[in-house]
Amino acid sequence: MAKGKDRHTELGLKEEDLLEMYRIMLTARFCDERQWALNRMGKAPFVVPVSGHEAAQVGSGWAFERGKDVFCPYYRDLALVLVAGFTPRDVFLGLFGKVDDPSSGGRQMPAHWGSRKHNIITGSSPIATQTLHAAGVALAKKLKKSDAVVGTWFGEGGTSEGDWHGAMNMAGIHKLPLVLVCENNQYAISVHESKQVAGRVYQRAAGYGMPGFEGDGNDVLESYRLTKEAVDRARAGEGPTLIELRTYRFYSHTSDDDDRTYRTKEEVEEAKRRDPIPSFENYLMSVGVLDTDKVAELREETKTAVSEGAAEAEAADFPDPATATKNVYADLEVE
Amino acid sequence: MTGGGATTEKNVVQTIHDTLFEEMKRDDRIVVLGEDVGARGGVFRVTHGFLKEFGEDRVIDTPLDECLIAGVAIGLAVDDMRPVAEFQFADFIFPGFNQIVQEAARFRYRSNGDFGLPLVMRAPYGGGVHGALYHSQSIEAFFAHVPGLKVVAPSTPHDAKGMLLQALDDPDPVLYLEHKKTYRLIKGEVPDERYTIPFGKADVKREGSDVTCVAYGLMLHLCLEAASRLAGDGIEVEVIDLRSIYPLDIETVLTSVGKTGKVMIVYEDNKFLGVGAEVAAQVAERAMFDLDAPIVRLGAPHVPAMPYAPTLEHWFLADADRIESHMRKVAEF
Repeated sequence: MAKGKDRHTELGLKEEDLLEMYRIMLTARFCDERQWALNRMGKAPFVVPVSGHEAAQVGSGWAFERGKDVFCPYYRDLALVLVAGFTPRDVFLGLFGKVDDPSSGGRQMPAHWGSRKHNIITGSSPIATQTLHAAGVALAKKLKKSDAVVGTWFGEGGTSEGDWHGAMNMAGIHKLPLVLVCENNQYAISVHESKQVAGRVYQRAAGYGMPGFEGDGNDVLESYRLTKEAVDRARAGEGPTLIELRTYRFYSHTSDDDDRTYRTKEEVEEAKRRDPIPSFENYLMSVGVLDTDKVAELREETKTAVSEGAAEAEAADFPDPATATKNVYADLEVE
Repeated sequence: MTGGGATTEKNVVQTIHDTLFEEMKRDDRIVVLGEDVGARGGVFRVTHGFLKEFGEDRVIDTPLDECLIAGVAIGLAVDDMRPVAEFQFADFIFPGFNQIVQEAARFRYRSNGDFGLPLVMRAPYGGGVHGALYHSQSIEAFFAHVPGLKVVAPSTPHDAKGMLLQALDDPDPVLYLEHKKTYRLIKGEVPDERYTIPFGKADVKREGSDVTCVAYGLMLHLCLEAASRLAGDGIEVEVIDLRSIYPLDIETVLTSVGKTGKVMIVYEDNKFLGVGAEVAAQVAERAMFDLDAPIVRLGAPHVPAMPYAPTLEHWFLADADRIESHMRKVAEF
């Protein structure tokens, strides 16, 4: 293969960064394929798929400093939480609702991520509520004169919620160290972007006194570049940024949705031609980081890791109903 | 609890102001946030002088967005600050309902204890101040229904201090309700020292053997007045101040009912599904055979709280006369 143009060195990404980003994207994809299959086998009642969003999530997530910065994700962010420190086993423990599910101990539906250890703030189902928590954490960081940065992720549908506008408003007024990342896949379940947003998501930033940028969310390096610049600005005390990463989801909204009712098969097939994983693979081969043998080896290795994680999680224990009244309050027993 | 130290006479609002002020000096993790809490010092002056003493970092005038106030306060608590969120009027808390009910209340449970929120939410509630439909509401029943929240409503300056300090010490979200008519109406001796009053402990504000009367907030004071009138006729009413709606101290109520055999619950909120309904149900479940009379609930009619014209406000809101008349009927049953 002809030597391609190196785009990563000027972004400060080393070969090991690229390989790890690639490995996480693959892991997310294989987790998705496995969880979807488990759903169709009747072993997993509910799945929120990530496929298609891997570049946007891994690229944006990689811009943050693990162990210091804070993540406020939404439910589609499987690849993002892998960046933050989740393992495939963690993902599947959540999928099956097992006692060791790090997000909730089997209390929440799958994909409601959270982990103090990994600085992922516990999330819920109502849309965009986490953006205000992110603003609050960012305000705390600012008051403490910490240089930690907070990231929050959401879809374009989330930008219709009052919570989101509140977060933008608070972040803009107080110049908070906050990066708001919109994974725009054009559909909020079935409602198309054209019925969700007048104009463009990233342009809304201007109304809140912060910069807004759009980028190709199927391009992991572009997603990283835009987010890294925003994280650097936030860390330097220069305030928040809104980033719109344009992408597509390959599956239905969830395992309970049927996307054939609102979009054509042709449209989905067309979008899959811009699948972020093969395009990153091609890049890595073009700059000599990978070759076909190494790709095959990494794919095999990752697939095995996902299978093992899923198997371990499936064999793990469910929570004991006797524990279901715990942790309503720190200091009160309930009946 | 309180020892034999020095006390100062204060009204409720001054007590809340002083308590919060002193505690912010003691604990620099505490920040207050809300509408008009800064330069204005709060519309009821609870944070008067705070901006000058603590600065803009700790006394935060938020945009006019109650959802934002609740959500940002959650984020502050996540990062180990001690936010005290002011909702200017309880009637305006509802844009924040989702953040309070779905988020704050559920953080600990949904993370199986990984996250907790030491968060205090203050809200002036209640009527009798010509506040009409949107400056008079009682909101306790909405929130007390929600696992994960604690809901308290102190009625006296003494309790206001001890329970605010308890709320600030509490590891979980606390909705601290302040009856706005008691702010300047109710005065009392407040110990100068720091003390806390544990939640879930009702207080017998007046002892009696003939009737048990359960109340909180403004109604507590009206019940005490009615009880003192009945005492002139030899009827002794035991008046219990719940103080804490959740956790609810039903044991104190049951002990009293065991003694009197008659119970009435007086509350300002709409009668249907209000706090009185829960107290009545628990008494019925656990003390049916102690009762010598039907349980009586004196709550508000099923109209939105509360109409404005003085005649209508008076019609809606119980006063000591109305309570006295119900008390007599219960006593005479």
